[in-house]
Amino acid sequence: MATTTAQQGGPLAADMGQGPRTSRRRPSSRIRTVLAYVLLTGGGLVMLLPFAWLVSSSLKGPENIFTVPPEWIPEPMRWRNFTDVLSALPFLRYLENTLVITFVAATGQVVTSVLCAFAFSRLRWPGRDVLFAIVLATLMVPYTVTLIPTFILFKSLNWLDTFLPLTVPYWFGAGSAFFIFLLRQFFRTLPMELDEAARIDGAGPWVILTQIILPLSRPAIAVVSVFAFLSHWNDFFGPLVYLTSESKWTLALGISALQGLQWGRDMTHLVMAVSVIMVAPVVVLFFLAQKTFIRGIVLTGLKA
Amino acid sequence: MLSSRQASSAGAGTQSVRASRRRRRWGHETLHGYLFAAPVILGLLIFTAYPIIFTFYLSFTEYKIVDVPRFVGLRNYVAMFSDELFLKSLSATIYYSVLAIPLTLATGFMVAILMNQKVRGIAVYRTIWYLPTLVPAAAAAALWRWILNRDFGLLNNLLGSLGLPTPGWLIEPGLTIPALVLVGLWMGLGGTMLVFLAGLQGLPQQLYEAAEIDGAGTFGQFRHITVPMMSPIIFYNLVLGIIGSFQVFTIVYLIYTPTGTGSAGPEDSGLMYMVFLYRNAFQYFNVGYAAALSWLLFLVIVGLTAVMFRLQRRWVYYETERGR
Repeated sequence: MATTTAQQGGPLAADMGQGPRTSRRRPSSRIRTVLAYVLLTGGGLVMLLPFAWLVSSSLKGPENIFTVPPEWIPEPMRWRNFTDVLSALPFLRYLENTLVITFVAATGQVVTSVLCAFAFSRLRWPGRDVLFAIVLATLMVPYTVTLIPTFILFKSLNWLDTFLPLTVPYWFGAGSAFFIFLLRQFFRTLPMELDEAARIDGAGPWVILTQIILPLSRPAIAVVSVFAFLSHWNDFFGPLVYLTSESKWTLALGISALQGLQWGRDMTHLVMAVSVIMVAPVVVLFFLAQKTFIRGIVLTGLKA
Repeated sequence: MLSSRQASSAGAGTQSVRASRRRRRWGHETLHGYLFAAPVILGLLIFTAYPIIFTFYLSFTEYKIVDVPRFVGLRNYVAMFSDELFLKSLSATIYYSVLAIPLTLATGFMVAILMNQKVRGIAVYRTIWYLPTLVPAAAAAALWRWILNRDFGLLNNLLGSLGLPTPGWLIEPGLTIPALVLVGLWMGLGGTMLVFLAGLQGLPQQLYEAAEIDGAGTFGQFRHITVPMMSPIIFYNLVLGIIGSFQVFTIVYLIYTPTGTGSAGPEDSGLMYMVFLYRNAFQYFNVGYAAALSWLLFLVIVGLTAVMFRLQRRWVYYETERGR
């Protein structure tokens, strides 16, 4: 917080001085720019420090992870941590489970959101706007209010300890209100004349959606897909509630199980290695889709 | 571009044909509207509407999952206020909110203002500050448990090298919430910052130019232009912050997992509302009580949102209201 006053104090003091505006303005704005760089770089390094610590710890062993001061660049680097995790827990099985759940659930979210947003933005039907308002209102509903009855429902369907509770609801718009909103806003920016021209040529809604709207909406669909992927890849609560047998666990549950195993011997280095494996795809995906990603967050105000 | 021009000229030339087509297709369009929205409508009924109502009913019952719900009236709601752990969870959540929300909003706002100073390489800075937001909660919890380790963690290493005290962040009950706030700040700052940055970039530049001509200084501009113009976004982040802190779960649950499933830190000092709710629902199977807790949370969120919208009318500046 001290930095706030420092940052504003500098230019403020300069602005309060006397003299004609023109001669004062340049040094003041230069000071401001320099301060902005210093604070952004300094603060940015602080934000990155935990990542450096994560990677560094994942390359250490029990013999050099507990040293004060810490060795930032471990000597030697213990790459075998990344193969050791394969035997410490059924890592490949967890990875496969996570990928299956993420892929099926995210696909469901994207498909149903696109269909629904298309109906909300390009078709006219009674009750449409009321329904859209209701969809938006569900954003306010905390997930605990729906959790218990949904759990009971899945229990009575014998779906507990399967992937179904973690995938099927997402084919019915669960958790997709923001995606529907984003896609609807995007679809509305496309000129309606496109649809009308296609209609004159005898095209139905399905053809309009797949041949006209979808090809023009790639950036918006990319944003929604990335968000959907992240929300399932990162999910901990869903798997925690619904998956009990170890063979069905996801990576997130695996990390927590590995942490719980720490009683006998310390496995901090392995926990860090698994965490690196879980964080890496997210970071790579972010860098690949950076531009669309930021635009999407800005458009929706959504915080991943 | 070409296709849209073609389309609009085609549309203009066939005005009457289009109108009659549309009339003929009306029924068809309605059918497709419902068809395309059908999955979401079904989902709303099955996974939102029915559960909300059913939770409301359960909140007036005693129910342990294995038996049938037994109606007990308002007992669950009354019992809360003599339940020490409930009061503890409420005060922990409020304590967390009071620390975390102003800190995240102020820091996020400041960083957004810095980034808006026409700095070069803004994309790089934006990425760096946003990156922590993407880290899966399970990995973040594991990482921070290790960072906050009293003897070998990163934080105490840094504090120690500066000659500052190196407390047991995860061991001393009084430090549990501040430690969680630190983790929450690291994970939440990026999103808040980005929303602020988008807002700042949308502010009309003429206002600043006019203020400059009138002789307003940097602080004057900040106080009289930036803050009032940004107040809807500050408000939006505030609402999200409050709703979010009542639903903090994974980080707390995971940071303390190694000390026992469902643990909430030393002397339950990190017993956030959601952790308490989870315990009742899935560990003690006090489903009726958990349902009452859920509904209370729901009411709190609806109430807070309503209050804020009311307050917003008083202190949030909207461009459209300028004429009034």
